[in-house]
Amino acid sequence: MILTILILLPLVGAVVTAFVPGALARVVGLGFAGATLVAGIVAATQYDVGGGMQLTETHVWIEAMGVHYALGVDGLGLLMVLLTVVLVPIVLLAGWRESEAEGNGGAKAFFAWTLALEAMSLAVFTATDVLLFYVVFEATLIPAYFLIGGFGREGRGRAATKFLIYQLAGGLIMLASVIGLYVVSSNQGNPSFLLTDLAAIDIDPITQRWLFVGFFIAFAIKAPMFPVHTWLADTTEKATPGTSVLLVCILDKIGTFGMLRFCLGLLPDASQWATPVVVVLALISIIYGALVAIGQDDVLRLIGLTSLSHFGFIVLGIFVFSPTGGTGAILYMVNHGIATALMFLVAGFLIQRTGTASIREMGGVEKTAPVLAGFFLVAGLAACGLPGLSPFVSELMVIVAAFDHHWLVGSVAVLAIVLAAFYALWMYQRTMTGPGREGAAPVADLDRREVGILAPLLLALVLFGFYPMPLLDVINPVVHDTLTGVGIGQEGGPQ
Amino acid sequence: MTEFVKPSIDYFELWPLLVVFGVACLGVVVEAFAPRRLRYVAQVGLALTGLVVALVGVVLVARDVTTYEDGAARGILAVGGTIAVDGPSLFIWGLVLALAIGGVLLFAERHLDGGVSAFAGQAAAVPGTDAETAALVANREHTEVYPLMMFAVFGMMLFPAANDLLTMFVGLEVLSLPLYLLSGLARRRRLLSQEAALKYFLLGAFSSGFFLYGAALLYGYAGSLDFAAINEAVRNDVGSPALLLIGTGLLSVGLLFKVGAVPFQAWTPDVYQGAPTPVTAFMAAGTKVAAFGAIMRLFYVALGADRWSWQPMLWIVAILSMFVGAALAITQSDIKRLLAYSSVAHTGFILTGVLGLQASDQLAIGEITSLQAVLFYLTTYGFATIGAFAVVSLVRDAGGETTAIDRWAGLGKESPVVAAVFAFFLLAMAGIPLTSGFVGKLAVFSVALAAGAWPVVVAAVIASIIAAFLYIRVIKVMYFDEPVGDGPSVAYPSVLTATTIAVGAAVTLVLGIVPGPVLDLAAVAGEFIR
Repeated sequence: MILTILILLPLVGAVVTAFVPGALARVVGLGFAGATLVAGIVAATQYDVGGGMQLTETHVWIEAMGVHYALGVDGLGLLMVLLTVVLVPIVLLAGWRESEAEGNGGAKAFFAWTLALEAMSLAVFTATDVLLFYVVFEATLIPAYFLIGGFGREGRGRAATKFLIYQLAGGLIMLASVIGLYVVSSNQGNPSFLLTDLAAIDIDPITQRWLFVGFFIAFAIKAPMFPVHTWLADTTEKATPGTSVLLVCILDKIGTFGMLRFCLGLLPDASQWATPVVVVLALISIIYGALVAIGQDDVLRLIGLTSLSHFGFIVLGIFVFSPTGGTGAILYMVNHGIATALMFLVAGFLIQRTGTASIREMGGVEKTAPVLAGFFLVAGLAACGLPGLSPFVSELMVIVAAFDHHWLVGSVAVLAIVLAAFYALWMYQRTMTGPGREGAAPVADLDRREVGILAPLLLALVLFGFYPMPLLDVINPVVHDTLTGVGIGQEGGPQ
Repeated sequence: MTEFVKPSIDYFELWPLLVVFGVACLGVVVEAFAPRRLRYVAQVGLALTGLVVALVGVVLVARDVTTYEDGAARGILAVGGTIAVDGPSLFIWGLVLALAIGGVLLFAERHLDGGVSAFAGQAAAVPGTDAETAALVANREHTEVYPLMMFAVFGMMLFPAANDLLTMFVGLEVLSLPLYLLSGLARRRRLLSQEAALKYFLLGAFSSGFFLYGAALLYGYAGSLDFAAINEAVRNDVGSPALLLIGTGLLSVGLLFKVGAVPFQAWTPDVYQGAPTPVTAFMAAGTKVAAFGAIMRLFYVALGADRWSWQPMLWIVAILSMFVGAALAITQSDIKRLLAYSSVAHTGFILTGVLGLQASDQLAIGEITSLQAVLFYLTTYGFATIGAFAVVSLVRDAGGETTAIDRWAGLGKESPVVAAVFAFFLLAMAGIPLTSGFVGKLAVFSVALAAGAWPVVVAAVIASIIAAFLYIRVIKVMYFDEPVGDGPSVAYPSVLTATTIAVGAAVTLVLGIVPGPVLDLAAVAGEFIR
């Protein structure tokens, strides 16, 4: 029941927020997001670290087609749920004033759509029926579309359309695979979409490969990976930083989440078959994302592209098929969520003050706004994997696993650390140090509200940087189960 | 010569059909004798009552039908075996009647255009003449549209229930002729409307000719017009296969024309655009439902044993329809033409379900059948279409309806509710989850894939992506583009149009979230009587 409540709370919140009087909308919306956070924590306390699907509930939804309303979380799902419920209130607080200034329905619409997005994302991370997953997977797109198109900078309508077309294309390709799974299951006498039923069926290798391709394309667009990433930069550039947090830190995780659960979980043979191609694509994403990020002038665009590099790492960790890599990848998903959220939000506060997102037009911010500069530096260092901050742990694990997989893969991946240091520090140098912009008013420092919003993220980065054990305890059983499913024991590497 | 035997008429089972026909005839009488000021109320009342009574009749008959002989189907063959009142017929009757009720409500709308309906004051008056002005000044309106529509409804019910080729042809004509007329009765932009009617009539008459010729050839092949007898002949492989193949092809031309499949789609954009929007709404939804019912009955019942011949043809037609419909829809700048091309694409999607026919021994227990999938898709499509066109009729400027898409810019701010509802219908047509359109797509794709038609499904997925683009483009215009000039204004509808839109939206939402009952109903409808 707790998972249903978890999904319903923000959904009801979205509807209520849309209909209460304007002045109340933000308070009500934040209230629902807070309640969801509490529900998420309650769910976490009920979760037993031992592993397996927990807190499950199953009801028949469409009997004629074997569709179930089935929810449950494993360690991976739980972490994603927690990431979501924590980030949403932060995004709402960060957008408290900004969203008001916009024309499209103002703060009320922003809060309502964000809550709707939260509800659908939570449903995605808890669905254990493939069709239910697909339904909510696609349903996330509608709130996301209106968040991108309704709030942000000039040209956002175009960016929103591009985003939606990419995602829908991926979704429809996946639909073919979802239906394919159903057809295979009905040919074997038990038409069903339940993950547990589907895991039991026997899919011949050729069919598996086709189904894999369908799922993988969708998740690669979502994640995003080279060469289907081009929506990412446009979207993060035009949308508000808050929306970008929701998209990059929460929604994009669905891509890597789906790879683990569906590609590896249901189609293990095909996943191994595809490994060489996927690993190469992941490496290209890592290097290409970092290189392109270096060349950007727009802060938000730059941050968006760094995520391409980070998602490359996550995918690499997943597809090297080793316990270290898998654990590193899942840990990376959490850490990336926190670090990138911090980066986007600080950048958002910065842009509000300078009135521009262009790096060229900024400078000398640290003189008048040391606290802001400090947050920005920490976020940047986290992105380039400084020891002591949480992304370091996960990045190290993935790189170690990559070297185990093949020395060449590892050496290419390691290059990204150098590049990351370059884009992060160079951005810091150009925006924060040096002389201030000619004739511009000095940049005001963060106020208490803003510090309060960012502080939890910073604390999490430091805490998990030194003490990642709680996360690892939750992650390890998932990795073990997934790799056993693929046919690789905890001890042995890929043969 | 055998002696002529007067067929026994099963009045109870045919009740819905007879009520609609009776009401249509009564409407003609009312038109002839009632004073002009009473006609509107009398006709609308009569039509609505008739449709509701017929709908109740469908429910009663559906509860009463029993298994036919010892087969899987339930129902009876009425009127000497010419009309099959079976599960699928009853399902389609119910659907057509429900859509027709929406149609009557749209026809009767008088709030949008200064107290008169969307139909010409005096259709016989040449546009631009004194006679037309006089009719306008006198606030005349044609009330013949209601009996005409009832005849069309009668045709739509007879067409899919026909159990021999001749009855099917009669159904086809009864359904088509009133629609040709109705298309030409627009109050605004009359020349466009008359052009549409003429095009529709000429092409339609031509396609009916094809159908009739095909029927004749099939009679030559099987020695009978009866579907069961044709099926028997195909199974036993009597007669010349050339006759069978050519006959099947010609019949397909007639039927595929009615559903607007490529390459017989040329009429749809012009007719959808020119016809009065209420007529477009009713025609787009109703004709497609009826004609697909007829297509399935002909192909499944009469030609089921010959499906290796016609399935490849439908593969090609389905793929072409999806691609041509979706691609041409993108280039349209008029919302009614866009919806027309999108209906061509939907024809392709529905055909994807039709060609998913499998023998019953190939179906797993609990697996969805092709008939079930198509019936469900038709339900979702019918309600979304009638709702979408009803919304189109609300967006107006001084010259009547504003159908140019770029004039819809800013509608999201101007009237959020109308824009939201229309966006919802578009999302349903795009097949986004939590709308009925998604479940419909899921159903037809599943049956096609199960039947091994994976190339069609792959094509359908690609076409869906193209189609998604065009629907999103309209949503973008409504929400994110700056209005041009004054922008459109939304006329406040009376309760009639509002009800139709609300019901359409409600069905679209409910079938997206709980499609189970209707899927089950389609499953209970079972098989065609063979």
